Amino acid sequence: MAEVVLRLGDDVSTDAIYPGRFMATVLPAETPQYCFADLTEFNRRLRAGEILPGSVVVAGRNFGTGSSREQAASCLKGWDLVIVARSYSRIFFQNAVNLGLRLVICPAIEADEGDELEFTPDAVIDATTDRSFPSEPLPPARQAIVDAGGLIPYIRMRLLQERTR
Amino acid sequence: MAMTMTEKILARAAGKESVAPGDLVMAKLDLCLGNDVTSGVAIDEFEKAGFDHVFDPEKIVLIPDHFTPNKDIKSAGLVKQMREFAKKHGLVHWYDVGRVGVEHAFLPEQGLVGPGDVVLGADSHTCTYGALGAFATGVGSTDLAGAMATGEAWFRVPETHRFDFEGTLAPYVTGKDIVLFVIGQIGVDGALYKAMEFTGSAIRGLSMDSRFTICNMAIEAGGKSGIIAPDNTTKAYVEGRFRRTPVYYTTDPDAWYEKTYSWKAEEVPLLVAKPHLPSNIQPAAELDSVRIDQVVIGSCTNGRIEDLRQAAEILRGRKVSKDVRCIVIPATQVVWKQAMEEGLFDVFLEAEAAVSAPTCGPCLGGHMGVLAKGERAVSTTNRNFVGRMGDPGSEVYLAGPYVAAASAVAGHIATPDQIGGPAPGTSDFGGGRRQS
Repeated sequence: MAEVVLRLGDDVSTDAIYPGRFMATVLPAETPQYCFADLTEFNRRLRAGEILPGSVVVAGRNFGTGSSREQAASCLKGWDLVIVARSYSRIFFQNAVNLGLRLVICPAIEADEGDELEFTPDAVIDATTDRSFPSEPLPPARQAIVDAGGLIPYIRMRLLQERTR
Repeated sequence: MAMTMTEKILARAAGKESVAPGDLVMAKLDLCLGNDVTSGVAIDEFEKAGFDHVFDPEKIVLIPDHFTPNKDIKSAGLVKQMREFAKKHGLVHWYDVGRVGVEHAFLPEQGLVGPGDVVLGADSHTCTYGALGAFATGVGSTDLAGAMATGEAWFRVPETHRFDFEGTLAPYVTGKDIVLFVIGQIGVDGALYKAMEFTGSAIRGLSMDSRFTICNMAIEAGGKSGIIAPDNTTKAYVEGRFRRTPVYYTTDPDAWYEKTYSWKAEEVPLLVAKPHLPSNIQPAAELDSVRIDQVVIGSCTNGRIEDLRQAAEILRGRKVSKDVRCIVIPATQVVWKQAMEEGLFDVFLEAEAAVSAPTCGPCLGGHMGVLAKGERAVSTTNRNFVGRMGDPGSEVYLAGPYVAAASAVAGHIATPDQIGGPAPGTSDFGGGRRQS
């Protein structure tokens, strides 16, 4: 079970997730402090340790719209948040896969803050409302990167395979 | 098999006879790009992975443009890391302050990208180069790290959506209005994962600078890439400039488009995208009650010479409103010099606008024009998300250079006609239309 700690609408931009004024901070160890910096109460709760690892952010369509900044994925990953959205913007989605951030594609998700969610291979179940929402698997090429632990381990594995062939 | 030009470019780079939408292909990259906010992490990942050399020191371009000239100690550190990496690996295309410009204006201008290329850039606006008939798309830092090591990347061949504009554009309407119009019609995820191909007589009639503006904002509709068929305008731009051999691809007449949208060019008015999405468009002429505090003219979207000429056409002989700060940012050193030689800086300075060194600066709320709470800007940049240019309580209205300049004079959103057009006796530079 994982608690929904933040519920957002459609078109959440990378500027909302990680504001541009903090973009000179790039290290994955340092980006989490600015995660949703302009949602001041949520950001305070993160930094105060009031949000458990594995907690869920629920959003609508096109989550992560905008910039290629990888900070938007690394700051979420740093708090070990899980994103459940109806759809994702392309570059954000790819960055998240590359970094191993947990994303769930759930085209009809409806859940409120405080709800407890369960994940099955093909659905998200809101245990609070007892409703089930189908989720979509990652495309196989993306899943292979996640399985390897991210893009860099994936490439190293491929290069190694080529050399030993 | 009939193919779109995007499919042809990807087939060539993948070493295949043909590809179809949905195919996954491993494509050879003609160029990779990083900037000062994305290269640092890419370099960290590259080194952490134990890679000891780049795939080709001539095919990696590192451009410090977002926070340069360095705005603070952290950004100075990021640029230093790039500089050292470039030296260590003998990168041919490393450009520092005094030589550099805003990446997506700089690379085409310097002939580093050209027709037929496959370009992977760690910046979302990499899609700009589609204006040359290239396939170019944005990624994050980790993808750049992999690309710098291998010179290859996986691509899912995108479906192509066609956006056709036939006819003649209204006065002062430029590429910026066309692309805002498209985003307004289809929404900010209306072309998610798709190649956006812009066609029609109105597109063919556009200058290269206006075409760059259109393809630049393909990402604002979710597009993977934007593209315009190369023609004589493209060839005239590329010849004597592009450092490799261009390959001109065009879409086969019977190629498959997943969607086709057709509009009359006359239907496109001078537009503004209101806060807080680029799709939130309204005719500029209807927004004259919106007072403003700042105008920014520049960026990878609208910081090229033609954009500055358009702004100067309106500002010539006028003053910026006392309530407005107007900041003009030529996108590259070459644009800067040309604007200076054409006397455009005299126009801006006499109008009491500030002229800055090339930088992305205020577009992303970095520096050189950050907004306070409650302030409002008209900007020729590409995004108006909450907090984009500064305080989360500030607002950005996106527009082309004509509306931005007219608004700077009026102190509120305005069209050139609403302030009386160009000053009497001044020349018309021809707007976004091709110079004959």
